[in-house]
Amino acid sequence: MMFRLGIPLGIILLWASLAVLGQFLPLSPNSIELSKILLPGNAQEWLGFDDLGRPIFDRLIVGARTSFFVAFSVVTVSLIVGSLLGTISAYVGGWTDLAFVRVIDIFLAFPGILLAIALAGVMGPGIDNVVIALSIVGWVGYARLARAQVLSVKERDHVHAAVAIGTRPIRIMMRHLLPLISAPLIVEASFGIAGVVIGEAGLSFLGLGVQAPEASWGSMIRDGTRYMLVAPHMVIAPGLALMFVVLAINLLGDWLRDWLDVKGHGRRE
Amino acid sequence: MVTKFFLPRILTALGVIFGVVCVVFLLLHLVPGDPVEVMLGESAQPADREALRQALGLDQPIHLQLLSYFKGLAQLDLGTSLYSRRPISEILLERLPATIELGLASLILALTLAIPLGVIAAIKKETAWDFGAMGFALFGVSIPNFWMGPMLILVGALWLGWFPVSGREGMGSIVLPAITLGTAMAAILSRMIRSTLLEVLTEDFIRTARSKGLTEWTVTFRHGLRNALLPVITLLGLQLGALLSGAVITETVFSWPGIGSLVVEAIHRRDYPVVQAAVLLISFSYVMVNLFTDLVYAWVDPRVRLSK
Repeated sequence: MMFRLGIPLGIILLWASLAVLGQFLPLSPNSIELSKILLPGNAQEWLGFDDLGRPIFDRLIVGARTSFFVAFSVVTVSLIVGSLLGTISAYVGGWTDLAFVRVIDIFLAFPGILLAIALAGVMGPGIDNVVIALSIVGWVGYARLARAQVLSVKERDHVHAAVAIGTRPIRIMMRHLLPLISAPLIVEASFGIAGVVIGEAGLSFLGLGVQAPEASWGSMIRDGTRYMLVAPHMVIAPGLALMFVVLAINLLGDWLRDWLDVKGHGRRE
Repeated sequence: MVTKFFLPRILTALGVIFGVVCVVFLLLHLVPGDPVEVMLGESAQPADREALRQALGLDQPIHLQLLSYFKGLAQLDLGTSLYSRRPISEILLERLPATIELGLASLILALTLAIPLGVIAAIKKETAWDFGAMGFALFGVSIPNFWMGPMLILVGALWLGWFPVSGREGMGSIVLPAITLGTAMAAILSRMIRSTLLEVLTEDFIRTARSKGLTEWTVTFRHGLRNALLPVITLLGLQLGALLSGAVITETVFSWPGIGSLVVEAIHRRDYPVVQAAVLLISFSYVMVNLFTDLVYAWVDPRVRLSK
């Protein structure tokens, strides 16, 4: 229990609170100290300095904000857009649904974040464009899941009863369908956060994410790869932060899935 | 009988590919941001901009641009690179072998890791073996390629000096990229093998096999694993997508001269026709592989093709 829930929850809370409260801490992520270039960590400055003499610890906290902000914007937008479109499509049925399934198939034909990489590349670097690119790719999974779930519950008695007493379709979807299908969507969204955290860092690693001097864990790894032999701490610190956050989200997602008793997660199964 | 199952799938795949071309084309053209401005810089003369726009055909209405792109595709003409001025199809053909080589190496590595791990975790369920194997799987899906790659370079190339840091020369150069790319896939596959094998092992025919007095080995592998691997075939096709998009980052980390690193190079050179063509090629292979796994699945398991 401690391992499955306590520790992951702790890491996620730390990540979230650093992201939200980090701006009130006395940090100097962009202060350049030439005398400390590439210096490894010591008792006062735990994580050392990067190639411009900037403190890695401070940049790590700013990076937490970047990944947190992007993850929550993208997952919120994708979740809302995806589950609404999926629900409407399944509820309306007929040609609308057939056409919608084709659209989903087309978007699922792009492997992973490839489309996001291309979109972010064309739009140019910047955190806003990262959010747009990852959202364009992200909504599809929720739409597919919501559609499948609504199809499985829309013939239930309470839905027929609601139709019979003349409830408006929007109200049926909002009050009688969405609450029933929310558990699998929540589980999917929790794994989705991990995916977006890796996605943002990946785009920033490729130079398509945050703009210098802004910090992202991905861009910090990118900067560090050039100095790996002399200053491996530049790569190790942001990578560990990224790994622990993603690991914590995945563990929490696993726990949530068991707790909400949702069968199987993932893409097409 | 056979065409009844196969034909609709092939037609659907063709439709998806048509849609993919449209979506890539429209998204890359309609997304905010003007490629001409990015290529020339903000200080460019209006006349120069117009000239480039015309040269790229960007002054035409979008549907005409799309139509002429399709005309080109029908003749396998993907356009010309803005950077090297060479036909794009030529560049892609040059890069393709490296990506196929890396993909196959990663796939083989993933399967040799995942099958034993998944089987051990399933037959030694809820023991230290299981936790160990699934712990590895959890780490495997949580470590991104762009961190694992540099870490492997640090240890395997810089500290130990066993493998080259980057590039594609000699047998040793493929080891680190293949480990980077294969581990995440191995992680997902081993989780899948474990759960399907656990499910299969509760079936009646397993009990029958046991009561016939077959050895535990025969029961697990001949009767259990063979059936458990069927859904894994489908997952394998889907995972190949992750492999292909992972290749974009992994190839960049290791300067591996494949299609993936071409995408990133083309993005940084603002060579949009090449980005578009490479994305299309990768998506096309993904759709084809999934069509292929669907068909293989139906061929291996008659239940699939007869039930529909």
